[in-house]
Amino acid sequence: MSAPRLLGGLTAVALATTSIPAFAIFKGGAVPERFGWLAVVVFAAIIAVTMYVTYLAAKRVKTTQQFYAAGRSVSGLQNGWAIAGDYLSAASFLGIAGLISLYGYDGFMYSVGWLVAYITVLLVIAEPCRNIGKYTLGDILAFRNQHKTAKTMAAISTITVSTFYLTAQMVGGGVLVKTLIGIDYEVSVIVVGILMLAYVVFGGMVATTWVQIIKAILLVMASILLVIFTWAPYGFSLPGFLDGVAGDVKVQAQVARLLGDAATNMTPEQLGQRFLEPGLYLKNPIDQISLGMALVLGTAGMPHILMRFFTVPSAQQARVSVIWAMAIIGGFYVLTLFIGNGAALNVGAAQISAIDKGGNMAGPLLAQYIGGGADSMLGNLFLAFVAAVAFATIVAVVAGLVLASASAMSHDIWVGVVKGEHATQEEEVRAARVSAVIVGALAIVIGIAAKGQNVAHLVALAFAVAASSNLPCVLLTLYWKRCNTGGIVLGMLVGAFSAIALVMVSPNMTYPKLEKEKAQQVIDGAAAKAATLEADMAAATDPAARTKLEGDLANVRKDADGAQATMQRFEGTDTSIVGLEKPLIQLRNPGLYSIPLGFLCVILGSLFWRDRKAEEMWDELYVRQNTGIHAEQAVAH
Amino acid sequence: MSNASMNWVAIDADARFQELHRRKTRFLWALMIFSVVYYFLLPVGAAYFTDLFRVKVWGPINVGILFALSEFVVAWLIAFVYARVASRTFDPMAAEIVRRAGAIGGAR
Repeated sequence: MSAPRLLGGLTAVALATTSIPAFAIFKGGAVPERFGWLAVVVFAAIIAVTMYVTYLAAKRVKTTQQFYAAGRSVSGLQNGWAIAGDYLSAASFLGIAGLISLYGYDGFMYSVGWLVAYITVLLVIAEPCRNIGKYTLGDILAFRNQHKTAKTMAAISTITVSTFYLTAQMVGGGVLVKTLIGIDYEVSVIVVGILMLAYVVFGGMVATTWVQIIKAILLVMASILLVIFTWAPYGFSLPGFLDGVAGDVKVQAQVARLLGDAATNMTPEQLGQRFLEPGLYLKNPIDQISLGMALVLGTAGMPHILMRFFTVPSAQQARVSVIWAMAIIGGFYVLTLFIGNGAALNVGAAQISAIDKGGNMAGPLLAQYIGGGADSMLGNLFLAFVAAVAFATIVAVVAGLVLASASAMSHDIWVGVVKGEHATQEEEVRAARVSAVIVGALAIVIGIAAKGQNVAHLVALAFAVAASSNLPCVLLTLYWKRCNTGGIVLGMLVGAFSAIALVMVSPNMTYPKLEKEKAQQVIDGAAAKAATLEADMAAATDPAARTKLEGDLANVRKDADGAQATMQRFEGTDTSIVGLEKPLIQLRNPGLYSIPLGFLCVILGSLFWRDRKAEEMWDELYVRQNTGIHAEQAVAH
Repeated sequence: MSNASMNWVAIDADARFQELHRRKTRFLWALMIFSVVYYFLLPVGAAYFTDLFRVKVWGPINVGILFALSEFVVAWLIAFVYARVASRTFDPMAAEIVRRAGAIGGAR
């Protein structure tokens, strides 16, 4: 069957799975059931446009250079948008706005590291990699090292990092689509999987690039609209807007709730102002620094980000693309400051966390509010639009990750190691497509299997592993003469394993014994609290006070029921999956230890297993990375 | 420029390349260290200089908010400065080396 015809069939399947049954299963999402059709229309429009782009791309993708690197004909500006589309995951779009809406200042502070990360990419990674690389991380590491070993290590690492990130995206995406529009978790994972596979398999890097560009433009447009409508009532004055936030009763109530007893002597003004000060969410500065290290060094070691630099015609265009990416990504995070605070002000933390505890619904709910609220047509159209953008976001990020893993499998392992670099263009493109199907199918299976698991920490882990294994290897290969195969192998293995092992014994894991102890405390406390509340209620005469007490009582009972469920869930188990009763370390982010360890192991390995060839190749590598002599050229078309 | 193998050792040893290497190394690592230090001042400041971060400067806007916003401005400035220096200084130097690569190294 020809690619375009098969593609048409797949589009129909994808549209059918989202639209027709969707009317019946649009239940319990943020979009009210009777406005479900609005979501269907917006979703179908986005799917149709991206599928058309894929159809056009499929006609062009015949060679390996087209499949892996879009013919190196993507411009710096286009690639900047594509990097933003590849990087701004649902976690940053919805997650950071959510953190700001619930915790104020700390949420905004959290977003800074995601931009600063690109300085490393710009200064020391993008241009040298474009000059000496071809398609993958493996090509860079194999330049002056033992070919097969370097390619194998790079491929394993690429697949490991991408799988962590992919799992977080698939599970997060499934939950998100369910929360937004109420379609089943499994259905949304499968739809995301099929769409992403269609883009990657038929359109390769060409389609993936355009899907990422379209998504980034939609995301920025949606954010700008939200900010204009949120900010306009305050005459676009920053102090005016923040005064509004600090003066809001809902914001003050949220701060009082977060601070607990510490808030008793504070005036409403102090409570509101506290929302704009640090310390409501991030309590451990060492953990913060550890996460910051993983972001600042990990982004530059992310295979799917590295791969984007092979799509531009020259090192200069790679530089231009990072500059654009930094402008777009940074601008976007500044916008989230308004979206998050706007949601806190207009929607309120209580309502946001009622739908999703992590605050992910802050942006979508703000959109609904701006359009006129939950009962208005315009409000729900806005909500449906933001929901569709979130969906496009997941698909675009997942497509980039699958393409990176598939390239590592076909280009590094199959052609580089198994076939000893002897494969025709046709064979390699076919291998890349088969690899993409394998990776994509695995992603769907993992997504469904990991349903209900807490996967939020996997994103941070992916960055930590990339920062501890890939980055030291790439950086020292590029800048240290003595770096060689021994160093790469030792650094990759120790860096990756130490990051993973540290997370396995950290507070990120679930510790049944501790969970049960906490639940027991809630149950013990609930009886006494309920008794006091009941006594108060009997004494209360004012109807308003009675209603408030009734609400409090219902909350106490709900907490007790939740604790009871926890007790049952962990019955008979006392230890985490690695057999621990409590975490061995208090750090949630392993970077602080694993990144220096990764660097140290590359250095020690290189010194221990000396390799004359790697040192002889140094002059060539260093001259080429700085001048671009013999760099891969773009195809004329 | 031919595709024949170049004499990389000779190019590396060339004075022009050494000058490019020296300037680039100094500039890049200085910028890199500055950006990392400036970034980590934010979490350190938020954790250990809370009183300073709370000082109101303009209406409800405090030092902390201004400092967090300055992180964005500084990141963009670094990108701008780098792009300018790279395109005005490093690119012409590299182009000169590429142009004379054949003469310096010659086909082996």
